[in-house]
Amino acid sequence: MAKESTIKNMAITLTVICLVSSAILGGVYSITKDPIEMAQVAKTNSAISKVVPKFDNDPSAELFNIEVGGKSYKVYPAKMSGNIVGYAVESYTSAGFGGRINLMVGFNIDSTIVNTAVLSHNETPGLGDKMVEGKSDFSVQFKGKNPEDFKISVKKDGGDVDAITASTISSRAFCDAVNSAYKVFLECTKQNKKE
Amino acid sequence: MNFLKDISKGIIKENPTFVLILGMCPTLGTTTSALNGMGMGLATMVVLTLSNIAISLVSGQIPGKVRIPSYIVIIAAFVTVVQFVMQAYAPGLYSTLGLFIPLIVVNCIVLGRAEAFASKNGVLDSAIDGIGIGLGFTASLTVLGFVRELLGSGSVFGIKLLEGDGMLVFVLAPGAFIALGYLMVLFNKLKSRIL
Repeated sequence: MAKESTIKNMAITLTVICLVSSAILGGVYSITKDPIEMAQVAKTNSAISKVVPKFDNDPSAELFNIEVGGKSYKVYPAKMSGNIVGYAVESYTSAGFGGRINLMVGFNIDSTIVNTAVLSHNETPGLGDKMVEGKSDFSVQFKGKNPEDFKISVKKDGGDVDAITASTISSRAFCDAVNSAYKVFLECTKQNKKE
Repeated sequence: MNFLKDISKGIIKENPTFVLILGMCPTLGTTTSALNGMGMGLATMVVLTLSNIAISLVSGQIPGKVRIPSYIVIIAAFVTVVQFVMQAYAPGLYSTLGLFIPLIVVNCIVLGRAEAFASKNGVLDSAIDGIGIGLGFTASLTVLGFVRELLGSGSVFGIKLLEGDGMLVFVLAPGAFIALGYLMVLFNKLKSRIL
């Protein structure tokens, strides 16, 4: 039933299959490209609105970059009738148990943390992923805290944060990302005052 | 009746997880919760059905010596299509399963059914075989995820049922092996009674 395995037959078959497959993939990619981008923007936007005080502008349209310690961070300013009420900082760390963690941290203008939202992570399901809001109370303890008097590091390291049971590395990484976000926030307010 | 028999064959007599013991990597990796297991099973079912149909259509044209590479290209194309579609229209599911979707390509069930069934049978039979085996895989992964989630985190489908943290080991890899082993014993015991 199958064709004979001559070099010519095999080359033709593989070429045709690869061409058809790549054509299909190209087609599907171009159809899903926009929805994928929209889904990502929607995810970022919903993370922003979760972590900053009430606002009436479009923070992702006023996005700017700030460099702290040689790394560049995205900052989304939240404004209410033209006045800045808070910043959402897209922070990250590579110190997670499964590598990189992207975290959105929102600050009130008085430098208290409004809320945090995990954008992406590769932590162990059932352990490190408890840092995602709703899976455990871990992220709740950051709400309304001012990093000035609430030391953002786990209790094992002399800080004020209760680590997730059996996930000290993930908890440390989370604190690391929040700390970076706080430094970015301080830089923001400094630049804002100069203006 | 033949139709029903073919479907149930994939679920009971040739259950991919408990009887054929194929595709252990996604089985052990994704079943930390019932929902993840079900999502992975359904994604695999879609790919399996599509690739079975496609391969039964073209197998007559493929020379014997290049059949495995040809099947892999076809399967990889379908997996990528599923990945794009999921990313675009089910971003929530994608963020939990994203890591494992590309692994469907190397899932031995898909290639195994292509080689053992689809290349020798007609389109309709191959489609039914794909659905049957896919349902069997989905059911097994959901049951395994259910057991691991219940024992490991004390919840079912994300709804908290038991107080406390549960037995942590069931969320981790060793617990996956333990749960799988006991389920396999139970399944084969029941199966030998029915048949």
